[in-house]
Amino acid sequence: MTAARAPLGFEHLLRELAPQVLGSVVRRFRDFAAAEDAVQEALLAAAMQWPREGVPDNPRGWLIHVAARRMTDQIRSDLARRQREAFILMQELAEDWVAAEPDVDSEPDRDDTLILLFMCCHPALTSSSAIALTLRAVGGLTTAEIANAFLVPEATMAQRISRAKQTVKASRVPFQLPTEDERAQRLASVLHVLYLIFNEGYTSSAGADLHRSELSGEAIRLTRAVHALLPGDGEVAGLLALMLLTDARRPARTGPDGELISLKQQDRTLWDRDAIAEGITLVTGALSKGTIGAYQLQAAIAAVHDEADRAQDTDWPQILALYGLLMRMSDNPMVALNHAIAAAMVHGPRTGLELLDALEADGRLTGHHRLDAVRAHLLELAGDNQAAIAHYLEAAGRTASLPERNYLAMQAARLGAAASPH
Amino acid sequence: MKYMLMMHAPKEGWTNAGIGTWPKEAIKAHIDFMMSLNRKLKEDGEYFDAQGLAGPEEAKVVRARKDGTPNTDGPFAEAKEFLAGFWIVDVDSTERAYEIAAQASAAPGKDGTPLNMPIEVRQVMSAPPDA
Repeated sequence: MTAARAPLGFEHLLRELAPQVLGSVVRRFRDFAAAEDAVQEALLAAAMQWPREGVPDNPRGWLIHVAARRMTDQIRSDLARRQREAFILMQELAEDWVAAEPDVDSEPDRDDTLILLFMCCHPALTSSSAIALTLRAVGGLTTAEIANAFLVPEATMAQRISRAKQTVKASRVPFQLPTEDERAQRLASVLHVLYLIFNEGYTSSAGADLHRSELSGEAIRLTRAVHALLPGDGEVAGLLALMLLTDARRPARTGPDGELISLKQQDRTLWDRDAIAEGITLVTGALSKGTIGAYQLQAAIAAVHDEADRAQDTDWPQILALYGLLMRMSDNPMVALNHAIAAAMVHGPRTGLELLDALEADGRLTGHHRLDAVRAHLLELAGDNQAAIAHYLEAAGRTASLPERNYLAMQAARLGAAASPH
Repeated sequence: MKYMLMMHAPKEGWTNAGIGTWPKEAIKAHIDFMMSLNRKLKEDGEYFDAQGLAGPEEAKVVRARKDGTPNTDGPFAEAKEFLAGFWIVDVDSTERAYEIAAQASAAPGKDGTPLNMPIEVRQVMSAPPDA
């Protein structure tokens, strides 16, 4: 199932073509930084000429042609400069470029976008670098837009992107699809980066931070593109489904002042039904194919939540079973924490609290505010309000998110007010 | 001229989450006050930055060891005050910075009356244009 697409505006077309063009030019000339400059110039030329003269019959070919011409000009002028500097160096360089003679553009362009993504999400990069480079090179966002989204100065972001390019260059990763052996691992890196971009946007407080929520939209757009390239991959479909099913709740997730509203308290009529339907179709299709992965399971859990019209209708036994599968797949303490919540909903809060004790002993979540927040919630369910207040306060003191701090403080205050009338 | 307005909150009565021990309405009034102050500063073109800091429970002081690796100390339970957050405002005069600081200081507290928190006002040194 393909989602409704915005009408292909002019800028939209350019943004869609940009990574394909960049991919093609990088493959020909093997110089990421120079290729990016050349593609920017080609896009600029298109933005000037096309409105006047109309969009050419083959816009992608037009852009590649213009960008490649810029690259050739650049190489010629580089060579000329170097010639003045040292004849021998020029010869070496020329030999290099002969070796990298533009090959026939035979591979379908779909591969170029994919190769570009693999490159931007290279394991040699830190996640913040990979995120920035992906948004820049594949997402087509400007450096200023990315800086804005991550609330850092533009110069800082420009530097981050430039260093990421250097790292990619230094890693000497060939511009080609990874081998069959590497493929699963490299695709996992790509999906992880897309997931991080989504979360960056989703977990930000809404309202005042509109720029950040656009990151979720961008992550969905990019994941949709990867899904179109690899329609048979269950985890890609699973990640896209997870994003859609999570993002569907955005309108209900925050109140008028940006305050967080828990899943239980949300006005479910505000949820985006189309996104939920698409997400469910995607995850159902992926799961039926057999190779189950962590994103598919998380999407399935999100789907179970989204299918309940009221919080009390939630099919917790199914969620518990899905978390059980997920725990067998990954040794992530956060998954174990969510499993404890599901267990509490099915077997009662005391069962959940016992699982938390085991998690606490494990040590990996020591000092993490979410452990306290979940404990507070389960203690409240168990009727131990005083202990619940203490843990809500503990969690509020530890979180680094202001909306979350306010939410947790409110929970403590709510229980406090119930205990002693003010 | 840029000024940094540093809001120091008394630790006493701010156990753990601080405002988490207040009644619900008081928390809401406090949050609303801070949001409208920031909105006003933005509208007036005086806002540069404002950040609330995570609780002092996790605060650490770091010094370099001889080999340059970090040596962490803290959190310091005995401290009487902690830095709860700051604003950086871009204003025409020192007096205006003081006015804004006074407004922030008067944020409503537990029983709705002004907290009169100490706000330290420091001018931000101007940097060369290319910094």
